[in-house]
Amino acid sequence: MITRHTLSVLVEDKPGVLARVAALFSRRGFNIESLAVGPTEHPTVSRMTIVVTVEDLPLEQVTKQLNKLVNVLKIVELDPTASVQRELLLVKVKADLATRSHVLETVQLFRAKVVDVATDAVTIEATGTAEKLSALIKVLEPFGIRELVQSGMVAVGRGSRSITGSEPRLRSVSAPATA
Amino acid sequence: MARQEGSDSVTGAQSLVRSLESVGAEVVFGIPGGAILPAYDPLFDSVKVRHILVRHEQGGGHAAEGYAQATGKVGVCMATSGPGATNLVTPIADAYMDSVPIVAITGQVPSAAIGTDAFQEADICGITMPITKHNFLVQNVEEIPRTIAEAFHIASSGRPGPVLVDIPKDILQAQGQFAWPPVLDLPGYHPTTRPHAKQIREAAKLIAAAKRPVLYVGGGVLKARASAELRVLAELTGIPVVTTLMARGAFPDSHPQHVGMPGMHGSVTAVTALQKSDLLITLGARFDDRVTGKLSSFAPDALVIHADIDPAEIGKNRAADVPIVGDCRETLADLVVAVQEVYGTGTRADLTAWWKQLDGWRTTYPLGYEEPTDGSLAPQYVISRIGKIAGPEALYVAGVGQHQMWASQFISYENPYTWLNSGGLGTMGYSVPAAMGAKVGRPEATVWAIDGDGCFQMTNQELVTCAIEGIPIKVAIINNGNLGMVRQWQTLFYDGRYSNTNLQSKRIPDFVKLADAMGCVGLRCETKEDVDATIEKAMAINDAPCVIDFVVGQDAMVWPMVPAGTSNDEILAARGTRPVWGEDDV
Repeated sequence: MITRHTLSVLVEDKPGVLARVAALFSRRGFNIESLAVGPTEHPTVSRMTIVVTVEDLPLEQVTKQLNKLVNVLKIVELDPTASVQRELLLVKVKADLATRSHVLETVQLFRAKVVDVATDAVTIEATGTAEKLSALIKVLEPFGIRELVQSGMVAVGRGSRSITGSEPRLRSVSAPATA
Repeated sequence: MARQEGSDSVTGAQSLVRSLESVGAEVVFGIPGGAILPAYDPLFDSVKVRHILVRHEQGGGHAAEGYAQATGKVGVCMATSGPGATNLVTPIADAYMDSVPIVAITGQVPSAAIGTDAFQEADICGITMPITKHNFLVQNVEEIPRTIAEAFHIASSGRPGPVLVDIPKDILQAQGQFAWPPVLDLPGYHPTTRPHAKQIREAAKLIAAAKRPVLYVGGGVLKARASAELRVLAELTGIPVVTTLMARGAFPDSHPQHVGMPGMHGSVTAVTALQKSDLLITLGARFDDRVTGKLSSFAPDALVIHADIDPAEIGKNRAADVPIVGDCRETLADLVVAVQEVYGTGTRADLTAWWKQLDGWRTTYPLGYEEPTDGSLAPQYVISRIGKIAGPEALYVAGVGQHQMWASQFISYENPYTWLNSGGLGTMGYSVPAAMGAKVGRPEATVWAIDGDGCFQMTNQELVTCAIEGIPIKVAIINNGNLGMVRQWQTLFYDGRYSNTNLQSKRIPDFVKLADAMGCVGLRCETKEDVDATIEKAMAINDAPCVIDFVVGQDAMVWPMVPAGTSNDEILAARGTRPVWGEDDV
């Protein structure tokens, strides 16, 4: 069954780790829909949120291959019903005197906000699920979209549990190879 | 030289050499050059690490592989930046495919020049990312001891594989502290070695109940040094054993339970045993396409126990009914105990009917070959005589192609680590340098490179290294004047249109003169009558490498054969001969 999967991948914050992860997906023929990387509460650990649309079995294979990367610490698949998933959108929309009030009304409706204003355009910032943002874009399109940029998805599981756990466990140190 | 405690102020280069000494590296196969030059200065003084100056970095890489495969230790090769490093790509890819533990150390242009297209700059970490188990770009002189220790640990533990350490020249020249042993910092690396007890019990139940079980043994059994444990389980259960190309020698060929090698050129009995099996006990094997043939029709009635140290192998090609992640030696040892327990409860399937079938196939379709009708020398005869005369204690290192298949078929492997070849990548040119590395690791053993004339012309320059460094390997060139395996496919699938497979190497080069020019003893053999005497002459030469040009017929083909992409049921015992299965067999 082809489904959309959201993977949270905890990695060591080391040079080249993004290339290793991204290359592994492309090498195995997966198209990454969205990818977001950033720091976590642990200074040496970064977190990637990767969205892919694949069949279940190949996903299991790519997850196992990802786990073999030495710099990958942990992989968790986030269930969309049990996690909060957000993207960020910045969009520059044509807005002259005639249309500005309509544009601002749309901004209100979507609980977005205006972050920059020019005489003939406004820049809108919005966060939300991919569905909410695409609905907003659809409504703004008739006014004329001059420029649009969207982040990859970030996601976190609901409830009090943490996938990063305590730092010592993540940073457990192996025994030396030789005496 | 290495001190076990305290720390000394040293250069990065000294730190590297001390780290290699401390980690137990005995030998490095390499070639110096600009960026790695600082490392060669302290290496010059090392009494613990022998450096062998190879003639091409590819040879250095394969030599490290041969050393590792013959000894079980980590092989080390060294090269400079740019072309030196890129010449290592083929052996690194080879080691990755065959899970060979090697550490490649490369010089890199100075840190400040990285990314500027500097002279002899290549992003070797980027290039080798998909073909190494892991690689490192060292960024600080203090990291060197830990990085080397981590590289050896990663290369040799879990599923073994190649690790590359790239060190910029300025870091080799910088001053820093050396302390040993370093503390490894690999929070994301935890290979699973202990098999799960519940899975072992499940496997034992299936093993005791199966009526047509087969032990499908792969290279992982050798990597885990588990031949003894395998034999105990096999003899306890009486189950037939097949050894893949990477596992030849893991179980003695002469053992009555050994039914041969499976795969594209496997024995009819081994291939058919898998096809008709009701339980595959898969140990350190990976359902490679050369073994399974058309995957959807492979062993259609079999349940699968799949034991491997690499969880990603399990379920990759064939779904496993009982997956076991762990070291093969521990898995086998646990299985022996668990199977005995199940037998104790009175459950034990009778394998008599299964063995009756297997023995029938063995009798009807033994491995064999036809004598050439044109009076030429049969390559299979040459190879089988080498195996007989050099015996089961010798090491045999093949190139890739027909001669490799014949060497896997017609030499009887009785001991582990006596058969080395390039299985996964299929690297022509592997044989001579890998044999050199094997001989360095096992100087007391007789090491035969069994090579083709095509392969030999790719890497024979390492015979110069062998002659100068005192590494007396023996090379049998199975010279049919052609790229034989490709020619065979042209015969079978391209209507005999021999496009660019005729190397004319029966004429040029003169391999005897070439051997002589490289400081080796060169011999030639063209007739069946001379074969034994020539091999015996080579066996008597122990102070120089020896090359025999066996001039053989060009029409010999490798049989049996499962044509690529077809089902294993389509196996041809010989050209146009498809085995016929009786009513009882289905």
